[in-house]
Parts: sequence; structure tokens; C-alpha cells
Amino acid sequence: MQVVVCVKQIPDPASPSALDPATNRLIRPAEQVLDDTDRYGIEVGLQLGEKTGGSVTLVSMGPTGTMQGIRQALAMGVDKAVIVDDPALEGSDALTTAKVLAAAASREGFDVLVAGVESTDGYSGVVPQMVAELLDVPALTYARKVELDGDGLRIERQTSGGFDIVQSDTPAVLAVTAGAVEPRYPTFRGIMAAKRKPVDQVRAGDLGVDGDPRQEVISVAPAPERQAGEVVEDEGTGHVRIIEFMEAAKVI
Amino acid sequence: MSVWVFAEQVDGSPGESALEVLTKAASRGPVTVAYLGDGSEPDVETLGAYGAGVVYHLQGSGDLPAAAAARSLAGLVERESPQAILFSQTYTSRDVAGRLAARIDRPVISNAVGVDFDGPWSVTSEIFGGSQIVRTAFTGPGPFLVLVRPKSYTAEASGGSVDRVETIPLPEVGRSGSPRVVDTIVERADGPQLSDAKVIVSGGRGLGSAEAYALIENVAEPLHAATGATRAIVDAGWVPYAKQVGQTGKTVKPEVYMACGISGAMQHLVGMKDSKRIVAINKDPEAPIFSVADLGIIGDVHKVLPKLTEALNARG
Repeated sequence: MQVVVCVKQIPDPASPSALDPATNRLIRPAEQVLDDTDRYGIEVGLQLGEKTGGSVTLVSMGPTGTMQGIRQALAMGVDKAVIVDDPALEGSDALTTAKVLAAAASREGFDVLVAGVESTDGYSGVVPQMVAELLDVPALTYARKVELDGDGLRIERQTSGGFDIVQSDTPAVLAVTAGAVEPRYPTFRGIMAAKRKPVDQVRAGDLGVDGDPRQEVISVAPAPERQAGEVVEDEGTGHVRIIEFMEAAKVI
Repeated sequence: MSVWVFAEQVDGSPGESALEVLTKAASRGPVTVAYLGDGSEPDVETLGAYGAGVVYHLQGSGDLPAAAAARSLAGLVERESPQAILFSQTYTSRDVAGRLAARIDRPVISNAVGVDFDGPWSVTSEIFGGSQIVRTAFTGPGPFLVLVRPKSYTAEASGGSVDRVETIPLPEVGRSGSPRVVDTIVERADGPQLSDAKVIVSGGRGLGSAEAYALIENVAEPLHAATGATRAIVDAGWVPYAKQVGQTGKTVKPEVYMACGISGAMQHLVGMKDSKRIVAINKDPEAPIFSVADLGIIGDVHKVLPKLTEALNARG
């Protein structure tokens, strides 16, 4: 089974994020990290590859920078990487991103394309579905458990009230939640091996996609701040203060 | 300019979040609703009461309908050229909006908390955990596709009725339509629900273990509260996903939200920061949750919650 995993490098969520005031785009430092939610997609992809003796290829769009995040994915065990880093794609919306990922993934060929449900920085949450439509394959979304089922897949798909068990043929797009698996940590051997793995750099033009923004940020303003209230140290009577608060709110 | 709403039938009637979006769209007059059915009779009466004038009933089969629904919608868009289609941001609506956008080659804006029909059409969303408000305009041709977060608007019936219903069976879509739902498992708890409870008690990593979630359930009972959770403990498998509050879970706006052992990650704040009042209990005085709390207790949930439960139960 050939597996493609879509991943994204993002600004370290532990550092404060900011928009470039000139463009209203997220400032992306040279050193970005692997989006934590992608570690789950990578793990699902690696497990599918291992069980079927297939290859796992990473596809990523965005500024390459120091490649720290891509290297982490390769160190986990991904076989090779295809990176689409093109200034023409800066500020791309979800659909342009999907077109790039779909074109790059179909060049590689895949039985299963794995992605996270949504990225941590942009969280549009629609890119996997768009990729699926562009390639005319099913989108198995919100997958919290993934199993092989003959040549197909069997997943647990989260719903608002519980989950559905869904069976599907491949090829398919699979969007996994962070609960799907326990991602592995790179081993020392994996980290060393990652340095020699092929990294293919591709331009948007090679894929026949142009970044054509069809939406524009017209203003950015701070949200009305919620005032922090009273903060007290619990010295054994914190619960009394909570009850007074609930009484004042007339909920008890 | 015609604004359409996409709605899903859930358990026999339109989902609450779809009615919120319909209410907003109906402020400009009767709305055309593309209504994805669940196999039962469409609840046209409710749709009419909340502002639908025309209903296109997309007749579903119960299997994952997104690919087929997107194809039906694309056909309707070609036929009638609506200026915009609003979706409430539920799972299936996200799937339908994403596939439709790719099919008709139009952008979609997710996570909207407001839609402005006056002047240049714009959409309001929140970034960085709700600390910044962004307004985005569509610059290309329509239809503009917008996914609106639940609870952004209040659903209000205006007492209208539907003029016309057209039933459109979902088409066969070949391999995109291959998924089959072979079983449906309901994990919904009895008792107060997150969507409408006056008080919500939620737990996070600070509980320390799955077993300690009982502290949340125990204190919720005398408060008649719904119980919620952070993504971290849902992902860890401590509680079902249906309890998740936050970016990838539910958006809630109760009278009182009590966050127990929750640090206040952006992904959680987005789902609960618009609660009327917030109480937080956390050991770490630096926890970001305290910056949005009306009452913050720096303390151990394992000590505070049992005492609180006991005191509430003693009140009778």
C-alpha cells in the first residue's frame, strides 16, 4: 500500500504568534516546528505502510526554512519528502493549498492519503475534503481509529453523539484526530537515517497551480478583552467562595 | 443578493446550529435551504418557522453523504447562482462545504463567528484563541461559502412557512461515494447536555487520571450541570468525544462555566470564553485560564471539588 502523509510546519505554538501588519499574514519564522497534530497522521501512515510493506511519502507545502519539522517526520520513519515551497503560494487559502497537495500527492501516487483533521495554525478544517474532491476519492474524516479491511479501510468516525463505523474502498483520503494512535518518538538511528533521505523540492508551476487569492483580510482588531476577576488561593475554603459565586449568579 | 443555507436533518429535525444560521440569513427575507435529509420525512414545518421559503430536500441514504450532497449542491448552484451559501460548522457540513468548494472552484471561509451582508460582503472570525478579530472579504465571484461556528447566532422562529419543496435524490458518485456506515454508536450521556445546560463543569489534564473525572461528575450532579472536557483528556481516552469543549469540540455559552484542572490552552478557550461567568480551579497560578476567569481558585481540584460537592449536597 502506497501512503502519502500531508504535514505542515508551523510557528512554534509555545511562542506568541503575530500577523505581519503590512500583509495581515501570519509571520513564519525560519525555524518552524512540525504541527503536533501531524504526528498522529504520520503514525497512522507509518503503521499502514508497515502492515502492508508499502512506502510512506510526506508531502508538505510552505516555507521550508530550517526543515526542522520535516526532518522530525523523516526521523519518525517516513521514506521521503516532497516539499512545495514557492513565494507565489504565500497567503494561499485552503483551496489553493488543497490543489497543491492534491497535485503533489497524485504525482507520487497513493492508496491512502493521510492528513490531520485540521492544522493548529490555520484550522480551516476543510483541506482533506477538498483534496478528496479534486482527486475524486472518498474522504474518511474525523477518524479516531483506523484498521485495514482487505484492500480497504475500516475506521471509527467521530460524530456529535458518538461515532460511526465506516468501511471504504481505497484509494481514499483519511483525516485523523489526535486520538487515533500514540505517535512514536524518533530513535537515534531514525534521526541519523533522516539526514540521507530524499527531499524533493517542487514549485507551484511544476504542479500547474497558481496562488490566486480570492479573499482578502480587510481588518484585524483586538477582541474586547474579558476582564480577569478575583483570584484567590485555596486555604481550605475555596469551595465556600465558589458557592457564594454560584448564589450570586442565581444558578443554585 | 440571494443567500442560501445548508442544513442537515439530525434525529428527525434540523440541527440547532443550522437554525441559528438560518435565523441570521432570514433577516433579509425568505431563505432557500438545501436540506440534507437523514432518510426520514423532512421537517419542513420547522424550517419554515425559522425562515425557509424554498427547501431543496437532498434525500440521503444514511451513508456518508458528503460527496453526493456536494455534487447535488453544485448542480443547484449552476442552475440558480446563489450569491452565498452559509453552513453551520458541524462535521458533515465541513465535509460538504470542502467538497463543494473544490468542485465549483470557490473559496470557503471557516470558523466564522459573524457574517455581514451590508456593504462589501465580509466574514468575521477569531484568531489566536479569540484574542484578535479578523474581517475577511471575498474578492472573486460567488457563491461565497462560509462555515459558521455554532452559537454565533441565536435561533429564533419568525413563524413563516415554506412555499415550495423540491426533493432531489442524492446521485451515485462512483468511487467518492464508496464509504458505507456499517454501525452507529451513541455515546451521548443522559441528563443535562452541553448545548443547553445553565452550568457546565469541565475537567482537564489537572485531574491526573481518568478515574478522577468522577470528581467532575459528582460536583455536576447537585448543580444540575452538564459535564465537559478538554481535547487533551478526550484524546487520552478518559471521556467520550461528545464531551469535548473547544475548537474541535463544542462551543458553549452557559451561565456559569467551571473549569477544573484546565490550563486554558487557546484551543479550549475558543469554545468557552463567551460563557457568561467563568470559575477556574487550577494549581498553577500562571495558568492562562485565570486571565478569563471571573473567579479563580488557586488550588488542587482533588481537594476543592470533594468539599464543594459535599457542601452542595448538604444544601439539599
